[in-house]
Amino acid sequence: MSVTVFTDARIVDPSRGIDEIGTVIVDGDKIAAAGASARNQGTPGGATVIDCAGKTILPGLVDSRVFIGEPGAEYRETIASASEAAAAGGVTSIVTMPDTAPVIDDIALVEHVLRAARDTASVHVYPAAALSKGLEGQEMTEFGLLREAGAVTFTDGRHTIASSLLMRRALTYARDFGAVIAHETQDAELSSNGVMNEGLYASWLGLSGIPREAEAIPLERDLMLAHLTGGAYHAAKISTSMSAAAIARAKSDGANVTAAVSINNLSLNENDVGEYRTFFRLSPPLRAEDDRLAMIEAVRDGTVDVIVSSHDPQDVDTKRLPFADAAGGAIGLETLLGAALRLYHNGDVPLLRLAEVLSTAPAKLFGLPGGGLSPGAPADLILVDLDAPWIVSEADIRSRSKNTCFEGARMQGRVLQTLVSGRTVFQS
Amino acid sequence: MTEAPSPPLFRHRHLLGIGDLSPPDIELLLDRADAAVSISRQSEKKTSTLRGRTQINLFYEASTRTQSSFELAGKRLGADVMNMSVASSSVKKGETLIDTAITLNAMRPDILIIRHQSAGAAALLAQKVGCSVVNAGDGAHEHPTQALLDALTIRRAKGPLSKLIVTICGDILHSRVARSNILLLNAMGAQVRVVAPSTLLPSGIERMGVIVHRSMAEGLKDADVVMMLRLQRERMAGAFVPSVREYFRYFGLDAEKLKAAKDDALVMHPGPMNRGVEISSAIADGPQSVIQEQVEMGVAVRMAVMEALLDPRRDGGAK
Repeated sequence: MSVTVFTDARIVDPSRGIDEIGTVIVDGDKIAAAGASARNQGTPGGATVIDCAGKTILPGLVDSRVFIGEPGAEYRETIASASEAAAAGGVTSIVTMPDTAPVIDDIALVEHVLRAARDTASVHVYPAAALSKGLEGQEMTEFGLLREAGAVTFTDGRHTIASSLLMRRALTYARDFGAVIAHETQDAELSSNGVMNEGLYASWLGLSGIPREAEAIPLERDLMLAHLTGGAYHAAKISTSMSAAAIARAKSDGANVTAAVSINNLSLNENDVGEYRTFFRLSPPLRAEDDRLAMIEAVRDGTVDVIVSSHDPQDVDTKRLPFADAAGGAIGLETLLGAALRLYHNGDVPLLRLAEVLSTAPAKLFGLPGGGLSPGAPADLILVDLDAPWIVSEADIRSRSKNTCFEGARMQGRVLQTLVSGRTVFQS
Repeated sequence: MTEAPSPPLFRHRHLLGIGDLSPPDIELLLDRADAAVSISRQSEKKTSTLRGRTQINLFYEASTRTQSSFELAGKRLGADVMNMSVASSSVKKGETLIDTAITLNAMRPDILIIRHQSAGAAALLAQKVGCSVVNAGDGAHEHPTQALLDALTIRRAKGPLSKLIVTICGDILHSRVARSNILLLNAMGAQVRVVAPSTLLPSGIERMGVIVHRSMAEGLKDADVVMMLRLQRERMAGAFVPSVREYFRYFGLDAEKLKAAKDDALVMHPGPMNRGVEISSAIADGPQSVIQEQVEMGVAVRMAVMEALLDPRRDGGAK
């Protein structure tokens, strides 16, 4: 087995609360040692030694909300192209959403995704399965069998479960299998045909708005049901201070709940929509600046547990349309780390906390290997130059779709090398 | 005969919304429209300003009055006018707006007039074609020529718009006419009020430069101009207001409610009217109504806009 020794790196490992200068020793597909103490372990003969002075090593990012076009819309994104984008962005594990054609609601389809991943992907791919058959919000899928087949969580992806009864039963039943129910909440009736955040800006543009309450009302219902059932509930993408307050309250009441926020809702606000820029049509919509700041605070204070890219490839056919007719979503795997590091460089969120919400916490929440650098852990790690400046350019995007919200954006902090199970899958 | 001094150059390539215009831009267009009114009132109505130029009307929403107004305006200026009937064209077969734009662009028109049900459609089209684009209404966003023709009608009857009290009544929420008028009237220094049931007001209306009133009696008090908006039939059956009769009772303009306004207040409506819903026939056809003048000013304003956009003094027009 080959051994690689990374010396003099800043090592950030939230799984052990470490942020220190030290050495990381990778032996085969595992981490043998990482930290200041590893400096004294010496270098085995034949090991490759990489001087990492001034560089930082983080556990590989775990992105728990990634939409892919395979199966059904491979022209937008395949598992292989998403995996390549992930590797370049320092993401070593992705949880893929079931909103494909066909919907991932059956064990054969979970197996199909895993097989395609094994054959074509360079990062770990963990499928999420649909919560309801066909994402129709009527009948539960086979949680037990799907979980055995490899589904790591149950979610209806972009769809919100309207039925309180189905949500109650899903939370109750999933508990028996130790499964997490992940849910994006947007009340379909209340958001009506809304396409951006409700408010003055939408009013001037003549676009129908989505009120903040459209997210909070089904969320509050879910939190009550989580409390009632004791099931594990994950609010998959919250975007408002109202939702953060609801999560904080549910947590303090002892409910088994967690929450995630999209990097977009931490980085951008409704003004970025500008003159009908459809790449900024997102779900949840970009909110007002107050809400963006509230989401950053929620990441800092622990109300929000996870940051996701909400990577959602869309092509010309779904984006080059008038705003209200365009599909929602933006790609994000390659810009997740860069955009998140803005919070670190601004002094908003410490690096250790940022690594936790980007890696350790989602790995733990969904029961995935990785997310830490402790001895014996899989060697999923990234070597980063935290200060290297770069500019996002469409030409460099590896994803098959180019619908990024960060075209031309200046980033500080770049992935130099990505290791998945000890293998280098990206090097800049 | 001495040559009239030529009007100042309009600096925009497209007319996508009032939001893009400065007060001098608006004045310029209104002044040019005033001149166009005289042309329309001559027995010889045709000029040759746009001779050899091609105008395409691309209407995704049926609108007899706006489309024929643009058509007439173009013809009076000597342009070749083509109406793209969306209902029978490839658009119906699923072609996207952008693909249609690219196809039309290949025909090398000089000006495209677009009406579309989606906000931002005119701006999107303008990015993809090489000619001037005029927004003839995009979703609930803007309808700039309507606001200009309303302003021209008011200015000709009342003089400068500054300090006039203008009350806009009805479905503000879904109205592009309201948005364009609010922008234009504010830019020109008028005091703008709106009156509507709260379900038909957009979020943030109180920060749009208007004073919000919930009753016609208050909203119309001492008004110089009363602008009524059309209420779509499908929005009356319980969705936004419970019934036509309840709406008319509180928000329909009749003689009794109009008394609150100044005695010589103008009554306006962009048409087509729902008589007995937002306005009584007696008022619509009464002495204070300038609804017919609005139609006449519509042609003049559209002539002015197209002339200004295709001004030959600007690098060969808009090409």
